[in-house]
Amino acid sequence: MQLKSRHLLGIEHLDKAEIELILDTAASFKEVSTREIKKVPTLRGKTVVTLFYEVSTRTRTSFELAAKRLSADTVSISTSTSSVQKGETLVDTVRNLEAMKPDYFVVRHSCSGAALMISRISQASIVNAGDGSHEHPTQALLDAFTMRERKGDISKLRVAIIGDIRHSRVVRSNILLLRKLGADVHIAGPATLLPPGMDRLGVTVTSDIGVAIRNADVVMMLRIQQERMDKSFFPSLREFAMYYGLTRERMRLAKSDAIIMHPGPINRGVEIDHELADCDRSVILDQTENGVAVRMAVLYLLAGGNPAGEAS
Amino acid sequence: MRILIKNGRVVDPSQELDDTRDILIADGKIARVEPAIVDSEARVVQAVGQIVAPGFIDLHTHLREPGREDKETIASGCEDAAAGGFTSICCMPNTNPVNDSRSVTEFILARARQGGIVNVFPIGAVTKGSAGDHLAEIGDMHEGGCVAISDDGKPVKNALIMRRALEYASMFSMPVIDHCEDSNLADGGVMHEGYYSTLLGLRGIPAMAEETMVQRDIIIAAATGGHVHIAHISTAGSVAAVRDGKKRGVRVTCEVTPHHFSLTDKEVVSYETAMKMNPPLRGESDVQAIHAAIKDGTIDCIATDHAPHTYDDKNVEFDYAPFGIVGLETAVSLALDRLVNTGLISVLRLVALFSTHPARILGLKNKGTLRIGADADITFLNPQKKIAIDAERFRSKSRNSPFHGWKLKGSPAGVIVGGKIIWHD
Repeated sequence: MQLKSRHLLGIEHLDKAEIELILDTAASFKEVSTREIKKVPTLRGKTVVTLFYEVSTRTRTSFELAAKRLSADTVSISTSTSSVQKGETLVDTVRNLEAMKPDYFVVRHSCSGAALMISRISQASIVNAGDGSHEHPTQALLDAFTMRERKGDISKLRVAIIGDIRHSRVVRSNILLLRKLGADVHIAGPATLLPPGMDRLGVTVTSDIGVAIRNADVVMMLRIQQERMDKSFFPSLREFAMYYGLTRERMRLAKSDAIIMHPGPINRGVEIDHELADCDRSVILDQTENGVAVRMAVLYLLAGGNPAGEAS
Repeated sequence: MRILIKNGRVVDPSQELDDTRDILIADGKIARVEPAIVDSEARVVQAVGQIVAPGFIDLHTHLREPGREDKETIASGCEDAAAGGFTSICCMPNTNPVNDSRSVTEFILARARQGGIVNVFPIGAVTKGSAGDHLAEIGDMHEGGCVAISDDGKPVKNALIMRRALEYASMFSMPVIDHCEDSNLADGGVMHEGYYSTLLGLRGIPAMAEETMVQRDIIIAAATGGHVHIAHISTAGSVAAVRDGKKRGVRVTCEVTPHHFSLTDKEVVSYETAMKMNPPLRGESDVQAIHAAIKDGTIDCIATDHAPHTYDDKNVEFDYAPFGIVGLETAVSLALDRLVNTGLISVLRLVALFSTHPARILGLKNKGTLRIGADADITFLNPQKKIAIDAERFRSKSRNSPFHGWKLKGSPAGVIVGGKIIWHD
């Protein structure tokens, strides 16, 4: 089986079988990162350009390591050091990079729809590494991979997602993916950060974190950004933490074996208590680890699934 | 020079006329409207199978001259308007410099006389530089040829300025045209706030951003007796407010654009920047309310909000693209196809929306009518002609249309401006 598209623009375009294919492929790639020589020849001769219009540590590093471990050549471009500073448009930047014949663009951009826009003008495979508040498909895939690894069958899980729902691309991709795999999804956040129409995505919406967390198998906390406070989405980080911070007490509402997830970076003491972030129920570092395997799988499958070399 | 238009279906709402007539034009005026006129010296224009209407007037056009002649000039905008079936266009003042003084008004009119093939009526700014702080010289601009005032592109943010503008403009019998949008509520949005903005992760402009200001304007118009005209009305709440205001006798009128009765926010899923305009494409229930308001007369006219932008300006991320689409060459076909062919309104109403009512709103006594002595501005329509919209062939300098490739039934078939045949099929 292969993916239908040569791009990964969002979970929206994947069906259940494709999602499972990516997760299964990632499982076979995970072992590579534990070897002494962390490299397979799978994508030898391919070029991966990471084009990041927003700052990122984990996603970018994860993609670059994924590409390198598949023996692809990587070039990373960030806007702070590129011609974007000279006022070059996204289209012109991509067309110029395109002329150097890359095989992949991994794109992070603050504008929703940017990856789709690039896919319309590029011959390369486009991987959306986060576009505005729209989608972050590899994050949702690595989250699903981690849930499956820890909790088994996703269709039997109750997942609570808490925090800044409005601005989060992570939540959109996660909702789409979890619903396609049949999970029971509950989202919670202050009314100011719940955008309209969420219920049409097949999730339960509440402003009461307790209601969302109750009986959850998975509690996923979202990052809250300081600048939201300045625009009066909530009065203070202190009050946000009062109502939406994950504490030991609130965690007791979830199932006793529930796991805690966070896409990072964490605001310790705001959306999650210090001790909870590091406790044994937290799988935050597993998420980061699994990110490499999932991105290896994505790069591999977008190349058609059977380039020079096998998955394992 | 006389022109005799033969055997057309003459539709003139100002006389409640919808019947086969001949029209004789002499010296740039309507001379006779009767069955079977004979005039051996007149140039004959055969209009069998066509609708012959008083010239269509676009109340809301953005010509980019002066300032952005790469997007549109007064001449190119006029050609585009004529091709689209308009004989008059009213140009918004948000040029560079802003039309906030008589000298800019006179510049526009001078350019229109040189190269404009349709009538151009400038709309002056409400405030200096459209900055919202101090009234522009409204009386002087009126004497220079302005027919209305507006800070379009922006709302008149300050309610006190709106009050003063309505009071002051009423001395010159000019409407104040307001782009109703509370910019705090709009909060940097780029599309309608609703399910699709949530799905797409794009910032929403809520309906209430428009509706609160429509309500405010109606309250101020009621209190001052001034005439407020709501530009590009787009939400169910706004039309309800206008309907209620009219019922109470407030001097409020409004216009709708073809895209707001033809498209919904669902179209934005493509992230195509041709779907980005302000006000944004609204939800399904808003579009239904717009249709009902067109049918029941709450909406007075159809205006294009023709907003040309270059390919490069639009070929950027959705968030960064400027608002606006071109509309002069698509408006009439969209209205025929979507409003008349569907049975929502009659041809008589269509002509009122495009001609009689805009003329009345602006106080243009010799336009919007085919009465004897009126200006010989004529729009011909072919209600049967099937067309495919091809943006590459627009006379406008810009191509930013969401309707490229659309197939529609009904088309303009010619225009006569001031007794001069510009084109006729």
